Amino acid sequence: MPDDNTPLLSVSGLTVSFRTERGTASAINGVDFTLKRGEVLCLLGESGSGKSVTLRALMRLLPERRSRIGGTVLLNGEDVYTLPERRMERLRGKAISMVFQEPMLALDPVYTIGHQIAETIVRHEGVSFADAERRALDLLERVQIPSAKRRLKAYPHEMSGGMRQRAMIALALSCNPALLLADEPTTALDATVQMQILLLLRQLQAELNMAVIMVTHDMGVAAETADRIAVMYAGRFVELGTARQVLKTPQHPYTAGLMSSTVHGNMRGHALEAIPGAPPDLTALPPGCAYAPRCAYAEAACTAAPPPETWLEPGRMARCVRACAAVPAAV
Amino acid sequence: MTSLHRLDPVPDIGGPQQPLLSVGNLTKHFPVRGGLTGPKPVARAVDGVSFSVAKGETLGVVGESGCGKSTTARLLMRLIEPDGGDIVFDGETVGTRSGLSLRELRRRMQMVFQDSYASLNPRLTIADSLAFAPMVHGVSRRDATAVAGDLLGRVGLDPGTFMGRYPHELSGGQRQRVNIARALALRPRLVILDEAVSALDKSVEAQVLNLLVELKRQLDLTYIFISHDLNVVHYISDRVLVMYLGKVAEVGPVEAIYGRPAHPYTRALFSARLSMDPDERTAAAPLQGDPPNPINPPSGCRFRTRCPHATGVCAEREPVPMDLGGGHIVACHLHDSASGHPEAHAYA
Repeated sequence: MPDDNTPLLSVSGLTVSFRTERGTASAINGVDFTLKRGEVLCLLGESGSGKSVTLRALMRLLPERRSRIGGTVLLNGEDVYTLPERRMERLRGKAISMVFQEPMLALDPVYTIGHQIAETIVRHEGVSFADAERRALDLLERVQIPSAKRRLKAYPHEMSGGMRQRAMIALALSCNPALLLADEPTTALDATVQMQILLLLRQLQAELNMAVIMVTHDMGVAAETADRIAVMYAGRFVELGTARQVLKTPQHPYTAGLMSSTVHGNMRGHALEAIPGAPPDLTALPPGCAYAPRCAYAEAACTAAPPPETWLEPGRMARCVRACAAVPAAV
Repeated sequence: MTSLHRLDPVPDIGGPQQPLLSVGNLTKHFPVRGGLTGPKPVARAVDGVSFSVAKGETLGVVGESGCGKSTTARLLMRLIEPDGGDIVFDGETVGTRSGLSLRELRRRMQMVFQDSYASLNPRLTIADSLAFAPMVHGVSRRDATAVAGDLLGRVGLDPGTFMGRYPHELSGGQRQRVNIARALALRPRLVILDEAVSALDKSVEAQVLNLLVELKRQLDLTYIFISHDLNVVHYISDRVLVMYLGKVAEVGPVEAIYGRPAHPYTRALFSARLSMDPDERTAAAPLQGDPPNPINPPSGCRFRTRCPHATGVCAEREPVPMDLGGGHIVACHLHDSASGHPEAHAYA
């Protein structure tokens, strides 16, 4: 058994590409990181940055025929991509589980919430269905679903959006996973409900000392939940650090640009400092830094080759040729 | 500016003091399935909404899903027929025999939707999509195509590159620019933006917001800006309307709504805003539960089931809108000293 010092998750050299009609899309182009037990990492990025693909790659959920996956993913020291599918099925939902953006699509519409949770527990732990149903009730109470006993017998369509996401979380937690993957879990929810769910996730994470990887496009979600933040662009981590480091002293021009283009506080009457252009085409990535065409600081070195990881201090990385020089922080 | 003149501008009628749009008691109840016995159940999507929009201002509309903000927008455009209420555009009543026809209304008022792809005909080139409405209004094809090129330039897209393209060849941000250009093709005075930047990435959203501000200044437009994003509404609006379950909870100048929110719902919405600072995380959720179903909305004040100040009177009577001064209007018993709410005096 691995001891407590081995990282829970260790990803190295992860690459993912998809065959599409327009050619090969390079979705992940070399992602490396480790995650400790009980740690919350946010993958922050815009559409096409590879954050959701990274999450699915960790759980080996990508369609094998259409995707080419390279690198290694070690969960508890076991290589996820050399395990037989059978063994992987036992890991999914037990050691590692996932909460999706749209619970209505992720939950089975023809079974009650209670049945779906109990089924998972029976499958992974081999207890009786009655015992599993009792655990399901505890779980619904744990995710603060009011009148939990009645809700066990409810179908997903009978619940509101917020309640469905709570039920989805209960299902994901049913076998005490060491790692929870959350893919934009609050993006589809209303503001007042989003805050409830984020607080719930934060509370459960602390109580269960569970590691979480949260994918989000919203800096606010990252600020509210993350221990560490990895900013993704065109399938790479362009910046990594603690939430405080990344949000308060961003080192990569993309992170700084993302902050200045996100409307927050009172910015009335001032033109927003938008990032020009659009995210790159993943089927035709430039040879150098993928952000260079939009970057105000781009120089010749940027377009020659992808900038290497520059470690500013342990745990603090920026993938920018200027990383040693200070990039003006966003106001 | 010159090529846009092929379609004459809509003249101003009432002068600057007359609201560009005033809406009175707008109502839409959608029938829903069920209720074999008794009265047919209805979803009270918009239930007696009144407001006005001054010339040249941006009215922000905020609220959670099901509050009726998008239904209101569709009612204003007459994409769906209201069950009741009046819509008056610059002094002319909409839809009556002597008033403004739908065709004329839609020349004056245009809309941009959230889904930039679904809003465009996939079989039309960008040039054809942009020229379509001017041609319907009697502009020749040649002139309409010239207008299309001019419009593309205005929204920051190179006409030479984009005129012949189809919607699927454009990115989300580019498509939304095309939708904005199309909304401007008839030289409208009022543009309704229904979550128009919500589906865009943050870096692109900022570009489009800058564009909207610039176009408004250049073309002397008036906006109704519907969004769930309180920060964006704060940025762009002059006045803000807060809706809850088909009713107006609060409306007023942006400084008043953001500086002194009076309705408990508005305050809760603001406290649910995400912190951008990991050292100042939100400690407690301001509200419990989801917004209730508009099919059977709570009696009296619709917010009472989630309101920390709710008391007997809130279930019995619907609050009357009270003017707190300076056009800051709130519908809450707390602000009505005659309401009989025990805490009312503290606020009045």
